[in-house]
Amino acid sequence: MTVESTAARTPRRSAGNKAGTTGTKRTTSTTKKAAGAAKSAEPALVQLLTPEGKRVKNAEFDKYVADITAEDLRGLYRDMVLTRRFDAEATALQRQGELGLWASLLGQEAAQIGSGRALRDDDYVFPTYREHGVAWCRGVDPTNLLGMFRGVNNGGWDPNGNNFHLYTIVIGSQTLHATGYAMGITKDGADSAVIAYFGDGASSQGDVAEAFTFSAVYNAPVVFFCQNNQWAISEPTEKQSRVPLYQRAQGYGFPGVRVDGNDVLANLAVTKWALDRARAGEGPTLVEAFTYRMGAHTTSDDPTRYRTDDERLAWEAKDPILRLRRHLEAANHADEGFFAELETESEALGKRVREAVRAMPDPDHFAIFENVYADGHALVDEERAQFAAYQDSFADEDGGK
Amino acid sequence: MAEKMALAKAINESLRRALDADPKVVVMGEDVGKLGGVFRVTDGLQKDFGESRVIDTPLAESGIVGTAIGLALRGYRPVVEIQFDGFVFPAYDQIVTQLAKMHARALGKVKMPVVVRIPYGGGIGAVEHHSESPEALFAHVAGLKIVSPSNASDAYWMMQQAIQSDDPVIFFEPKRRYWDKGEVDTEAIPGPLHKARVVREGTDLTLAAYGPMVKLCQEVADAAAEEGRDLEVLDLRSVSPIDFDAVQASVEKTRRLVVVHEAPVFFGSGAEIAARITERCFYHLEAPVLRVGGYHAPYPPARLEESYLPDLDRVLDAVDRSLAY
Repeated sequence: MTVESTAARTPRRSAGNKAGTTGTKRTTSTTKKAAGAAKSAEPALVQLLTPEGKRVKNAEFDKYVADITAEDLRGLYRDMVLTRRFDAEATALQRQGELGLWASLLGQEAAQIGSGRALRDDDYVFPTYREHGVAWCRGVDPTNLLGMFRGVNNGGWDPNGNNFHLYTIVIGSQTLHATGYAMGITKDGADSAVIAYFGDGASSQGDVAEAFTFSAVYNAPVVFFCQNNQWAISEPTEKQSRVPLYQRAQGYGFPGVRVDGNDVLANLAVTKWALDRARAGEGPTLVEAFTYRMGAHTTSDDPTRYRTDDERLAWEAKDPILRLRRHLEAANHADEGFFAELETESEALGKRVREAVRAMPDPDHFAIFENVYADGHALVDEERAQFAAYQDSFADEDGGK
Repeated sequence: MAEKMALAKAINESLRRALDADPKVVVMGEDVGKLGGVFRVTDGLQKDFGESRVIDTPLAESGIVGTAIGLALRGYRPVVEIQFDGFVFPAYDQIVTQLAKMHARALGKVKMPVVVRIPYGGGIGAVEHHSESPEALFAHVAGLKIVSPSNASDAYWMMQQAIQSDDPVIFFEPKRRYWDKGEVDTEAIPGPLHKARVVREGTDLTLAAYGPMVKLCQEVADAAAEEGRDLEVLDLRSVSPIDFDAVQASVEKTRRLVVVHEAPVFFGSGAEIAARITERCFYHLEAPVLRVGGYHAPYPPARLEESYLPDLDRVLDAVDRSLAY
């Protein structure tokens, strides 16, 4: 596939892609004209499954999911259900005081599972702090994600164990790491690809702009996967951009595409397409997954202060899990037994996560001084010794009791 | 084999050696390719090692350091050039928030062998933002190592060691000394990277400095000797960690310490040295530790920099004040 401009891409809308009615926040217009930054117009997006679960044809992207089986679809469904269950458990654990904070992915399961399942093992993921579904796809044990939210570490899993980098909290920074990693892949002559996750808020960061520039200049094999969940804490996307975010790619000279972020099949197809481009030496791609953060930004947030229930309800009708279930049921791809079994598996996962978090020990005090440097540092050694002496000064008292 | 070369050339030779020895070493920065860098420190490297190893980057410092982090995660050992001291701040977030902490965040499972080269300091009549000494802003950050060579031989060997380090190293190059020549023995066995060195032994007072101020302190010692004062000059070489043992040993002998740097005195490395040495040598000191450095003012226009920078007389003045106690 040749590099297409975004202008060439917008008319891609084919049967069933109803711009302005699906996956859009405003339903006032059906225009698909990309240029002109018309604020009331939402451009077309790639959709393969309607909110009602109806499979619609797409001339350009169907081929990326042409060989998908009923078992694969059940697998995607299972991924999304289990991710949501894990996420709900984590929210509950925060409410119970077991976690200090949790950033829920509720509503973004399709974007994460679809893109996550498009990856090969040798690809590399650079997540934000909300990519629990992608972590799931990579085989990162969900309980590993909770250490930083419980406050026992700042990440801690081995990024190279699953080619899944640590969560990055300062938004946008990881897009540059992804680009550098992708530059390294090119130098190695490998055909792996990198995917960098970020959000609509991070799209305003200079680092994201620089990542676009570097990746374009070096033709780096990286997919920029922007989950536009409409809200950067309390700020709507209008506070970040005058143009639909995927159109930013055009100015950097690589294609951008908007996909229905709540359609797991479309996310799978579009991400595969973008990864294929990367592997084929065609450089970066920007994917904007148009989705919705159905929950709060984090457990510390109160969305009732800045958005309406109506909006949330409108998006709940487009729920990513519900739509795949409808499709599975309509196509007779799954029976009651499957759903019942999955329910049991979900509860077991919730239980396992709950127990693992409660059993997670506080780290040893001396962990403060561990891994500050790889080759050591005299000051760290000195302060560790001072801290040890200070601790020991209590030991005598304890011993006397 | 020992050869006399300028400090800039010594770094060039050191980079060449590293590029030659390890295919994972890459040099990147603005104008480092065909031009060879604005100070010619990377002169000829792209010609010999190719555009994939010696990389001209877009003019975006955060992007340079951020992509270097990604390359390091892929197993590379990037040596990045920030063109001038005052240009590093767009990259400050990537250095402080990402580069410095990555090893700890990963509980040691990834390493960050990245060298950030920064030509720094004044004295060359440059325009605004081209003469600053921001080393303390980096030394305050755990996870970074900060070094600054004062002469050609150290520049050569400290660069070798910085590239071999699995920790990020901010390598401050004394730009006003780039053209100073010195003997470089490329077959020598260098001492540890973070150890200080006594460059002149003395008994009456210790002058501690690093980078561009070491040469000044040697001149001060010469001048003081004419007045019958025997000063010891200590080249710290490393600002994080600081070799406090070496400073302590010297102060226990001389009982007086003056720290000299171009960076502002306020919250500068001299403040940390003064505090630590006061703790370590309280009963040895005959005078408070004094500091000579820049003022709490923006680096001045070039026509005023001679008044801003420590010079022979200002350091001698501090020596007199210390000896007067």
